[in-house]
This record gives sequence, structure tokens and C-alpha cells, in this order.
Amino acid sequence: MKKVYTRPRLLKKAVFHYCPGCGHSIVHRLIAEVIDEMKLGERAIGIPPPGCSVFAYNYLDVDMAESAHGRGAAVATGLKRAYPEAVVFTYQGDGDLAAIGTAETIHAANRGEKITAIFINNAVYGMTGGQMAPTTIENQTTTTTPYGRDAVIEGYPIRMSEIVAMVKGAAYVERVAVNSPANIRKTKRAIRKAFQTQLDGLGFALVEVLSPCPTNWKMTPLESWQWVDKVMTGEFPLGVIKDVAGGKDAA
Amino acid sequence: MAKTLMYGNSAIGEAAIRAGCQCYFGYPITPQNELTEYMAANLGRRKGCAFIQAESEIAAINMVFGASVAGARAMTSSSSPGISLKQEGISYLAACELPAVIVNMSRGGPGLGSISASQSDYFQATRGGGHGDYRTIVLAPSSVQELADLTHRAFDLSEKYRIPVLILGDGMLGQMMEPIEFKHEAPEELSVRSDAMRGAKGRPSKIIKTFTSNPADLERINWSLYRRYGLIKKEETSFDTFLVDDAELVVVAFGIAARIARGAIKTVRDMGLKVGMLRPITLWPFPTEEVRGLTNRINQFLTFEMNMGQMLEDVQLAVAGEAEVSFYGRPGGVIPTPSEVARVLTRLYYQKGLK
Repeated sequence: MKKVYTRPRLLKKAVFHYCPGCGHSIVHRLIAEVIDEMKLGERAIGIPPPGCSVFAYNYLDVDMAESAHGRGAAVATGLKRAYPEAVVFTYQGDGDLAAIGTAETIHAANRGEKITAIFINNAVYGMTGGQMAPTTIENQTTTTTPYGRDAVIEGYPIRMSEIVAMVKGAAYVERVAVNSPANIRKTKRAIRKAFQTQLDGLGFALVEVLSPCPTNWKMTPLESWQWVDKVMTGEFPLGVIKDVAGGKDAA
Repeated sequence: MAKTLMYGNSAIGEAAIRAGCQCYFGYPITPQNELTEYMAANLGRRKGCAFIQAESEIAAINMVFGASVAGARAMTSSSSPGISLKQEGISYLAACELPAVIVNMSRGGPGLGSISASQSDYFQATRGGGHGDYRTIVLAPSSVQELADLTHRAFDLSEKYRIPVLILGDGMLGQMMEPIEFKHEAPEELSVRSDAMRGAKGRPSKIIKTFTSNPADLERINWSLYRRYGLIKKEETSFDTFLVDDAELVVVAFGIAARIARGAIKTVRDMGLKVGMLRPITLWPFPTEEVRGLTNRINQFLTFEMNMGQMLEDVQLAVAGEAEVSFYGRPGGVIPTPSEVARVLTRLYYQKGLK
């Protein structure tokens, strides 16, 4: 019988600690698949962030070096410059990449660092208990916007991928989501392309993944998947934002 | 090897290159810019090396972190306000037991302070500086020659003990020119640390991390670091003495202040006052035992610093009440003169009935 589904070789035999419906485990799996399929397992070094996904190193069976909050792009820069043969990727949340690490992200992109950033946007600070993120949607209720995000007071959800795409050193930027089988397949393609961009030496690659956080959104997994479609994609439209290489993968 | 005339800041850069420094990441701040500029000109184009003017001191120290993960000899430099920003990264380096060399050509503080030489970062340098229970080795050069020598030593110590090493200089040392001799040639091949993280090839994948969710595990890590720090205290404490054998009064001073004190001591020696000096070269570990040993014979100490009295506390801890410790200091970036310090020594000498 043909085997159609199996544990990716580069996913450790550990039980995910993530909540039911959380997007992290899906993205971890996709990264493991892509790295294995591209035969990069012996060259890949991941930079996980503080937050729920700090434990990415317990799941991904490649070298992993944890970064301080927001500093992933700087750590990846130092690593890649010291050892250019490495294939370096960061795994960062919205608070990490688009708030505290904004400067590191923009400038790594602007230098055209040959690194790959996987940016998980779930519109909240997850591990700390659901506070407002830079990407929290207007009127969205969080523990620090108990009356809903009011743009006059808290500002607007930031479209970090569009900002990154504006700088010259950014080679590939795409926004995807993991809330349906079709979108998950697109996410995998985007992750593959982001690694290929690095291998081709084209510059900085960023994949923003709209990712459900049912626990902090106070929704069922199904409701949270629907909320990504109905609300998040309105603020954060899916698709290729920048692709200097073009090619058939470009949407 | 022939002597060359160099600025202190440039000498650090040249010594770092000769020590096999592969990566330098910096950010402009006075009075250390000549070092960043030296590395831009002389390191950036070397084979296999990297120079980046980072977007911030925070980014620079985190680039050092990344380069150290990859097993490279890596360095950053700044001056006081910038060193405050680097403390986050230094704490993570300490936690991950990653080698790194950090240079602080310090200036007056607090806040933006002044751009003149000061020693007001002693507390920050010797007490870890960032969050958490950790230490860094702190080297305090007092000449351009020593800036070069200690830069080389900093890289070696950092790798030997897997600990960040700080060089605590100041704006004056960095900006003065002196003839120096380099004792090493740059290595033909850059070294790669044996524990470098360079992909899981021919071995299982590795993790470098600082988050430890179980407090008992973190306690074990903390005690393990503590034992390493004990070993460093035992093996690497270093200091210099000047005319202490017959001294009735001993000055304790470090870095550029020790240069000033040395001039002052020569002046008062000509007047027949028996004054000597102990100069810590490692500020952490501090030469506690050596200072305490002097109390068997010496009852009067003067701590002289270009601050309001920071190393003073380490001298008092070392003396442990067995002798009297006085203090003279000028904070804010004011540079005391040897004649000013000579007057302080003379007054103290007579006041305490030593003559």
C-alpha cells in the first residue's frame, strides 16, 4: 500500500505542547518537510524566539540557537556572516518581529541578509496570556485592550510584511495562512520559496503566516480558522508582496 | 618586532585581528569610533571575516551572539550608554556560555553624560551588568600596550572559560597615542571553536538555549556557572604593584587613573613619603586576597578612581576592617592631574600621622 502521510523525518518524536487548533504545530511540520525535501537538514540552523514557540527546538530536528526577544534577525545575521554555508532561518512571532524587533528586522532586510524569516502573525502575544500585539485588529479584544483595540489610543495593526517589502534588500515577501488545507499547501510553497531565495543568494526572505490562536482568541479551533478568513485576511491580505525572482511560484 | 605609534582604539582593533577576531559588529559612539573605523578598514575585507555597522548596539551584540554560535571569534565595542544597551545580549551570552569580547571605552555618566574619559561603569562592568546571576571577566588596561595585550588575552580567556570578557578602558586611553609592539602575527587560518554550531552534519542536532522552565534545572546551571567563576577567581586574578615593599600608604587604582596615580606617587616619593600602589588588572575577579594580604603590614589605603567611589566597595570588602580606606575621586569625565593627586596623598599621609 502506498504511504501518503507520515511524520516528517526532521520532526522529533515529541508530542507538541501547543493548544488544539494552534498554527505553530502546522508551521513546524511544514518547515521540517521543506528542509528535508530540499536536503538542507545538515546545513539548517534555526533561531527560535521567546514565546510559545521557544520550544521549536524540542520539535525540529536541526541545529537550533534561541534568540533574545526580537533579536532573531540580528542573531541570524551574525551566524550567517560568520558561516555563510549555513542555511539560517528565524521563527518569530508578531510581537517579536513587528514590535520589539522592528529595527533588527528592517535592517537585516535592508542589508539583504541571506536569511529566511518565518513570521507567525496571530494578532496577540500568546505565551504571556493574550495581550495586544502590533498586529491586533481594530476593535479586537485582548487582555490589554479590554474594550477592543481603539486606533486613536492604541494605533493600527501594522502591516510589517508590506514595510519589509519596501526595502531594497528584501527579495521575497509573501503572506499566507494555515487555516485550510489549500492555504496550508500554499504556506508550504512559500516556505520552500523563502529557503530557495536564501540558497540563490537573492536577499532577505520573509513569510508571514496568519496563524490561529484559539486559546487567546477565546474561540474554538474551527471558529478561529474562520476568523482568520473573515477578519484577519481583511487587514492582512494574502499573497506575494514582493518577489524579485518572479517565476511560476509567484501568485 | 618594531614598535609602532598607534591610537589606543586602533591598537585594540589591530590586536583583535592578530588574535584571530573574525567578526566585528559596532555602532558609532564617541569616544571609541576609531576602533569601529579601524575594523571597517582592516577587518571587513579580510578573507572569511565580517564587519557590520549595525543598526543599534543591541543588534551589534546579538550579531556577536550569532557569530559566536557559529564558533567564530567575535567582538563588539562601544562606550558607556551603548554598553548599557548591550547588557541584554551579554546576559544571554553568559547564559549560553558563549565566548565574546566586548570593549567599553567608557565616558562620563549617568545618561548621555559627557564624552570625556571616566571610570563610572565599574559597578556595571564588575557586577554582571545585565539581568541574572552571572559574571564576566573584566580587564582594565592602563596603557596602549596593555590595551593590545589584554585584547589578545580577552579572546583567549573568553574561549578558555566560555564567558564574555569585557575590556574596560576609557576615552582617554582610546584617544592617546603611544609606541607599542604587537607580540603576535594574525593567524593564517581562522580558528573555529570545537563546539561551533554549523548544522547537524555527522552528528545529532544541537540546541543552544537559555530558557529553562524547571527552576531546579536552572539552579543547577547557576551553580555550575558559579563553580566556573570560582575557578576563574583562582586562576586568572591579575594585578600589578608599584613601590609597595616599603609603603606606609597604598593607593588602589585601575586603568588610566593608575597612570595618573603613578605620577603622583613619584612626586611624593621625592618628598620622602612612602607611598605605593596596587593596580588591579582584572577588575573581576578582583585581587581581593592580595589587597587583604597587604593589611598585615599596611594600615592606610587610598582608593583613587575617576568616579564617586565604586571600586572602593571592593577594596573595603577586601580589607574587611583590617585597615583604613580613604577615597579620592573625580566623576563626570573630569581628568585629575598627577599634582592634584600628589596633594591628596601628601595631606592624607600627614593627616594619618604616617610622618
